[in-house]
Amino acid sequence: MPELRNFTLNFGPQHPAAHGVLRMVLELDGEVVMRADPHIGLLHRATEKLAETKTWIQSVPYMDRLDYMSMMCNEHAYCMAIERLLQVEVPIRAQYIRVMFDEITRILNHLLWIGCHGLDVGAMTMVLYAFREREDLVDAYEAVSGARMHAAYYRPGGVYRDLPDRMAQYQESKWKSSAQIKPFNEARSGSLLDFLDDFASRFPKLLDEYETLLTDNRIWKQRLVDVAIVTPERALQRGFTGPMLRGSGIAWDLRKKQPYEVYDRVDFDIPVGKTGDSYDRYLVRMEEMRQSNRILKQCIDWLRQNPGPVMSDNHKVAPPDREAMKSNMEELIHHFKLCTEGMHVPEGEAYSAVEHPKGEFGIYIISDGANKPYRLKIRAPGYVHLSAMDEMARGHMLADVVTIIGSQDVVFGEIDR
Amino acid sequence: MSAKLEALSQNLQQCLGDRVKSLKLAFGEVTLEVEAADYFSVMQALRDEPDLAFEELIDLCGVDYSAYGNEAREGLRFAAVSHLLSISKNWRLRVRCFAPDDDFPSLPSVTSIWNSVNWFEREAFDLFGIVFPGHDDLRRILTDYGFIGHPFRKDFPISGYVEMRYDPEQQRVIYQPVTIEPREITPRIVREATYGNAENA
Repeated sequence: MPELRNFTLNFGPQHPAAHGVLRMVLELDGEVVMRADPHIGLLHRATEKLAETKTWIQSVPYMDRLDYMSMMCNEHAYCMAIERLLQVEVPIRAQYIRVMFDEITRILNHLLWIGCHGLDVGAMTMVLYAFREREDLVDAYEAVSGARMHAAYYRPGGVYRDLPDRMAQYQESKWKSSAQIKPFNEARSGSLLDFLDDFASRFPKLLDEYETLLTDNRIWKQRLVDVAIVTPERALQRGFTGPMLRGSGIAWDLRKKQPYEVYDRVDFDIPVGKTGDSYDRYLVRMEEMRQSNRILKQCIDWLRQNPGPVMSDNHKVAPPDREAMKSNMEELIHHFKLCTEGMHVPEGEAYSAVEHPKGEFGIYIISDGANKPYRLKIRAPGYVHLSAMDEMARGHMLADVVTIIGSQDVVFGEIDR
Repeated sequence: MSAKLEALSQNLQQCLGDRVKSLKLAFGEVTLEVEAADYFSVMQALRDEPDLAFEELIDLCGVDYSAYGNEAREGLRFAAVSHLLSISKNWRLRVRCFAPDDDFPSLPSVTSIWNSVNWFEREAFDLFGIVFPGHDDLRRILTDYGFIGHPFRKDFPISGYVEMRYDPEQQRVIYQPVTIEPREITPRIVREATYGNAENA
């Protein structure tokens, strides 16, 4: 009888379900995965080393490019770490704006996740619906920062500028008459807040629509239920955070347990899973979108009523406004120093973590008092989750590996850094 | 400082005793420093003592202290810094441990205490060259296959040593010495503590 040997399969890095550049060496016994060995680093850009050669403010746009599906949350952790070392107070309006955009980012991330996860597992339609709603939210990004993805909107000391009073509108063209574009421009006739308000009132219905497609879908359940079960003990041992931990039944959410900005002033619930399988993680993320929508509404209401500054008035940290800079000598000096040498962050170290859509995203900064970080460490949630791949995939079928990648919600910008 | 951090510091002093090399409270965070010889036993205690209960290791990273500040630095060069989180007690802790030998930095692996540290130790090995005896799979993780050197050490240039390109004559990808020169647009400056004070003028 011939000797039977396990088959080694190279999965990725060009596989569409590899979500970027994951290369995985799978050892298969028939169709059953015996060992999974992810090879990462194909997108390694040494962001942390680059940040050591840039001034503090110059690294903000690098943060967008880490987890390029939830840009503003990355910036948030970075800005918060610097603010902690500088002991700078962020104006309350800026805190509300940050919370609002964190939640917009969460919806953006989860919409992309549900689209791609669906696509991987075989539900083609989801991605089309999800991108329809993402369009509105990236428009909100564009309205405040000018960029649809890499915003660089959060700055140490606040946010770059206040919310705009008007939204960009569709223009008449050779292909679209004014009658045709009129319905598209209806929600855009007011301010950004009106636009988001319109979105927030539409969104729960759309979520119901997604759920009718997936939640009770027989194929969806066959692919997800009981795949990659993680017990609460193993989840802690493997360092899981965010929806991965909550899916395993541990009610841990930094927004509730260690609230930052104004999360202690808004009202929301934390969804928790029961069995810890891929289907529970799916349900948790779907419910998170509803909760994010709730927070979004509360922020809109508060921001409508409370105008105020959105940037710290400490000009050693935040640049003065253009008008003051052009008419006042002192402000001019501050502006010049900030834009050439950059700010100095006092000696010390700080770790700041935010509840990122994927889990706990942390920035650990060591400063020796210079105008550049001495060491910057990015704690990416996806990195930890992917390291549990071997444990989660072992004993499952080859096709389930794709489900697991989808349910881990990995993005290689943050994993490879 | 809040009562919670006080309680944490007290518990640490109580459970670890003289294994605590230093304990600092700054910016609402507690930093514990330990000797390399005590490192493993301290980590074990941090997880298992019910008064500490750090169930999760959030992060571990290497740090190279050789270029720190303005003056030449005394003391050890490499450290591993971990961030721990307790879900039940809702507190965090930073643990720093310097590796005893600068030429061959080595610290015991804590993979058996927290499995999540596996890739973090591989990363610290890859980027800083810190070796973790007891780790069963200490391969490079982020850098290229066959990479030479430890890129996050302070003496490793930002542009690296080699670059890769496709060579049309040999019809394959080749490595060659880098052709770009690093340039520094904004110099790195550490100001003295009194810089900019009015009374100094």
